[in-house]
Amino acid sequence: MSEAVHKDYIGAKFGMWLFLFTEILLFGGLFVLYAVYLNRYPEGFIAGGGELDVRFGAANTLVLLTSSLFVAMSITALRRGEKRLCSLLLVGTILSALIFLINKYFEWSSKISHGIYPGSEHLLEIPKGEAVFFNLYYVMTGLHGLHVLIGMIVLAFTLVFVIRDKVTGEDWVLLENAGLYWHLVDVIWIFLFPLFYLLLH
Amino acid sequence: MTYNTAAPTADRGFLGEARYPGIFGWIFSTDHKRIGLLYLWSIVTFFCVGALLGVLIRLELFAPGETIMGAQAYNAVFTLHGVIMIFLFIIPGIPAAFGNLVMPIQIGARDVAFPRLNLLSWWLYIIGAGLAVISLFTGGGPPDTGWTFYVPFSVQTSTNVSLATIAVFILGFSSILTGLNFVTTVHRLRTEGMGWFRLPLFTWALYSTAWIQILATPVLGITVALIFAERIIGTGLFDPNQGGDPIMYQHLFWIYSHPAVYIMVLPGMGVVSDIVPVFARKPAFGYKAILLSSLAIAFAGSLVWAHHMYTSGMSDIGILVFSFLTFIVAIPSAIKVFAWLATLHKGSILLDPPLLFALSFILLFTIGGLTGLILGAAATDIHVHDTYFVVGHFHFTMFGGTGMAFFAAMHFWLPKIYGRMYDKTIATVSWGVIFIGFCILYISMKIVGVMGMPRRYYDYIAEFTDLNQLATFGSWILIVGLVLMFVNIICGCIAGQKVGANPWGGASLEWQIPSPPPTENFGEEDPVVTHGPYNFKKAGIL
Repeated sequence: MSEAVHKDYIGAKFGMWLFLFTEILLFGGLFVLYAVYLNRYPEGFIAGGGELDVRFGAANTLVLLTSSLFVAMSITALRRGEKRLCSLLLVGTILSALIFLINKYFEWSSKISHGIYPGSEHLLEIPKGEAVFFNLYYVMTGLHGLHVLIGMIVLAFTLVFVIRDKVTGEDWVLLENAGLYWHLVDVIWIFLFPLFYLLLH
Repeated sequence: MTYNTAAPTADRGFLGEARYPGIFGWIFSTDHKRIGLLYLWSIVTFFCVGALLGVLIRLELFAPGETIMGAQAYNAVFTLHGVIMIFLFIIPGIPAAFGNLVMPIQIGARDVAFPRLNLLSWWLYIIGAGLAVISLFTGGGPPDTGWTFYVPFSVQTSTNVSLATIAVFILGFSSILTGLNFVTTVHRLRTEGMGWFRLPLFTWALYSTAWIQILATPVLGITVALIFAERIIGTGLFDPNQGGDPIMYQHLFWIYSHPAVYIMVLPGMGVVSDIVPVFARKPAFGYKAILLSSLAIAFAGSLVWAHHMYTSGMSDIGILVFSFLTFIVAIPSAIKVFAWLATLHKGSILLDPPLLFALSFILLFTIGGLTGLILGAAATDIHVHDTYFVVGHFHFTMFGGTGMAFFAAMHFWLPKIYGRMYDKTIATVSWGVIFIGFCILYISMKIVGVMGMPRRYYDYIAEFTDLNQLATFGSWILIVGLVLMFVNIICGCIAGQKVGANPWGGASLEWQIPSPPPTENFGEEDPVVTHGPYNFKKAGIL
């Protein structure tokens, strides 16, 4: 059985874009819930949003945007044959993702220490609009955080492939697809940030 | 019979040599035909399990009161029957099995766009199926929520719903990957001369289906994930005590699960569209109308989800709009039925088993579709909502539609895939038995439903006894027919008479290569297509 080498770059990117659609629709279900509940409890959402620390959110937005820049630059670097620079930029992206998650950890910890987490007694006592706001906050940023983690793993594998010359300046579609995935993770955050942190402003 | 001149070959094609020995040559194969057969036989296995559970349900309903099982066992059995039939049989049935087997050949490709992803899809299917089976025996016992997992019950029940939702999530992922693979394949791998309007209608139907799989399934994923999260960590997004709304669960669930019924039926329509011209020896009437109606169904079918929720407390305006949209879906469906009938009109019809199953599809699906309109109209729906009329309706569309199309596809393409023909007489007899059993079983359900018997109860009042017993008799006839059919097909695949490349006289590409097809489908050179898939004159068949 001959394993014919069939490389279809457009096909590979096409498939990736379709996959990104499915990711958007996965979050889409949650955005629908957000829209309906915001419409039902505008006051609760504003009160809930006021309790979030906009500095955490803004810092994470900056970190993610920078990481997206890194990954875009790493693709250009690889196409120019600068493998070392490409690897460094990918390490930078992965480190940014790590900083994002550490930041998230501290943010969540401070909320949890105030008794605000899914299933807590506190959420049953506060107004329903605020409770549903915080539940959405945990589910949506949690699912996003999971995607950051998956993105880190994907980028780490891509980094190994770059180092071992499996992904090169001539054959870089895997890096580009990993980059596309990372941009998606970034874009979803760009929507989450104003929906949760900037409600007052 | 000039088309059948190619003598059967001794070569076993893709069934012969493999990269790995024994079973590993199958479960690690990236060949689309091998993966198609893996899917086919896994799906047939689960169908048999689901059918057995269906018979158990009918036995319980043979008489009022507890017959063979109590209420809790009955709830678990109908849930399982639904989950297995929906997620393990009908949704992957035709696209994953027959789509994989013939679609790449139909467009002149050597494989799908992402062969390894294709293998991963099958593995995810098996893992999901395995978890669904494990959920029966672990935790708090088999899920008892019905396949719809409606809140609040699904969040509160102590049975093992959590694991079942993980299984559904994984099965959904498998379905998404298949859809993504097929869309990319149809866009990128059509051979020279295979323009969009030369694609066989089966491929067109799969293409439309694949888009629904991509666009709708993720919503199911997030919905069952939310059930899981609510059960495990109490996220409460559907819990009124925390400001959530259970109706939102129903919306999200049906945003996937209504388009999903078109994931189930569109490929079946594609099978019928491919079979009817071959056995009428006429080009498909209204080729473009059929393919456009596939796309129209895929589009309009995504906008009608809330017609499952007329009695859930929607606004009257909402009911009116969704009722109107529901009626619109009937138009492209009717276009297809008329196009098939026009294809048959004045054709030289060969009543071989594949056509018989396809014809029963047309009749039963039409009945199922028309009873769907009774449910789509709000006034009548409120009368028959959650009665056995609904059960009869969707079995006519799903089993009478997709199930019959699945059997038609088996009788149509398996001689191609194995290079061996089953016994046509037994196949015809089994078709007759299945058809009679089917009608007795499900027509009785519809009548008893109109009389007011609710679904999902293990017990009923004495007035309904006669019709329920009739339905149970029908289920026995149906099972006899199914056993006969499967035994005949399996014996045919193993030891049937050898056939040549084109046993039925088809004009599309899959009939131009040897049976069984070679590993990479085509020889050294890719085929060049010069005529449409139903041009029997140019293909040298007429």
